[in-house]
Amino acid sequence: MNKIKIRINDIVCRGEKGQTVLEIAKDNGIYIPTLCNYEGIKPQGSCRICTCMIGGRMMTACTTPALDGMDIVTNSDELEKFRATIVELLFAEGNHFCPTCERSGNCELQALGYRYKMMVPQFPYSFAAKDIDADNPKIMIDHNRCILCKRCIRRKKEKDNPNWFVFKKRGAKVQINIDHELTADFTDKLAQQAMDTCPVGAIIRKEKGFDVPIGERKYDKNPIGSDIEGLKE
Amino acid sequence: MSKKIVATTSLAGCFGCHMSLLDIDERILDLIELVEFNKSPIDDIKTFTKQCDIGIIEGGCCNSENVHVLKDFRKNCKILISVGECAIMGGLPAMRNNNASITECLEEAYLNCVSVQANEEKIIPNDEELPMILDKVYPCHEIVKIDYFLPGCAPRADLIWNALVALVTGNEMDLPYEVIKFD
Ligand code: SF4
Ligand code: SF4
Repeated sequence: MNKIKIRINDIVCRGEKGQTVLEIAKDNGIYIPTLCNYEGIKPQGSCRICTCMIGGRMMTACTTPALDGMDIVTNSDELEKFRATIVELLFAEGNHFCPTCERSGNCELQALGYRYKMMVPQFPYSFAAKDIDADNPKIMIDHNRCILCKRCIRRKKEKDNPNWFVFKKRGAKVQINIDHELTADFTDKLAQQAMDTCPVGAIIRKEKGFDVPIGERKYDKNPIGSDIEGLKE
Repeated sequence: MSKKIVATTSLAGCFGCHMSLLDIDERILDLIELVEFNKSPIDDIKTFTKQCDIGIIEGGCCNSENVHVLKDFRKNCKILISVGECAIMGGLPAMRNNNASITECLEEAYLNCVSVQANEEKIIPNDEELPMILDKVYPCHEIVKIDYFLPGCAPRADLIWNALVALVTGNEMDLPYEVIKFD
């Protein structure tokens, strides 16, 4: 018997042994926000956006395996406030000039800002000194927008690809680094893949952008998660 | 009901937010029924002639004059609203905050930039009549207390309209998903 039943927000949800709480929620039409998670790569639970009350404790839904009979709350006021605070922290920590960003309208961080109706972060903007690495012929890394979710690094690792991206430095100075030698002959396809893996506008394809008009971009009309909630018009 | 009095200004902004305010189209006629404008580029009243209810601020603070005007608005308006990305977080002018010093910016603008054609004496404007440029561009709420924030670049006309109507009539604000955007 591999079938299990868990309760999410007082609704009985069915899933299978080995699935995470996040996966079962999604299959049952319940949206839990994520940022560092990416379908098909091993979850790491570092951004904490998917934090839920699992058995009365705050735990990340993307890394918690579902067990039969679990009781989960995903959407209490406290949790939503906690998530909104993480979004505000990310906006204050990086330098997010959305009007100039090629990813605007298709950005997961921005979309969460919209979902939580963030009018202004409650934290002061850091305006931290961060730069841009534009040496690669196909892609550009904008450290100002990187949220250090590691999706780029983890995706390459799991698909047996060379380590195109790595972290350098430690602690508050940590930075994503692109290996210029390994990526020297990056194809358009690989460049697009790298850009798609990034939740924000930190990995950007060169000589391409702003090709979808305002009003038709992914999150212009539909809040992030509305596809899962089935609310999509 | 007496009309609420509104003042507006553009600090380090591009006037796009004011354009967006005008983008409410024919509702501007309804707006005139609801409010009276005081100091504002819209009616060209240059100094406050009375206490205002609502002050609309476009743009952040990049020089001493911006700070002066903003403080004047705080003194003369009961409610201040930061309208647009520049007022809220500095916006495009604040792109100099994280990497370039003020010296680098001025040298680039007046000496080194490819489009600088005639400045043989290598003059960087420094007349005492000119407002002093600040070390960085400041969001308005880091200078004075701001009561409300309306994001967008520019904020959608409907967002500005909904906010003004809510403030003037005292009703709750209508905030549909489509009107909150950061670009
Ligand atoms: S990465 Fe996203 S949040 Fe950051 S500037 Fe670009 S669109 Fe805005
Ligand atoms: S570059 Fe993008 S995918 Fe890589 S860590 Fe930064 S935000 Fe995440």
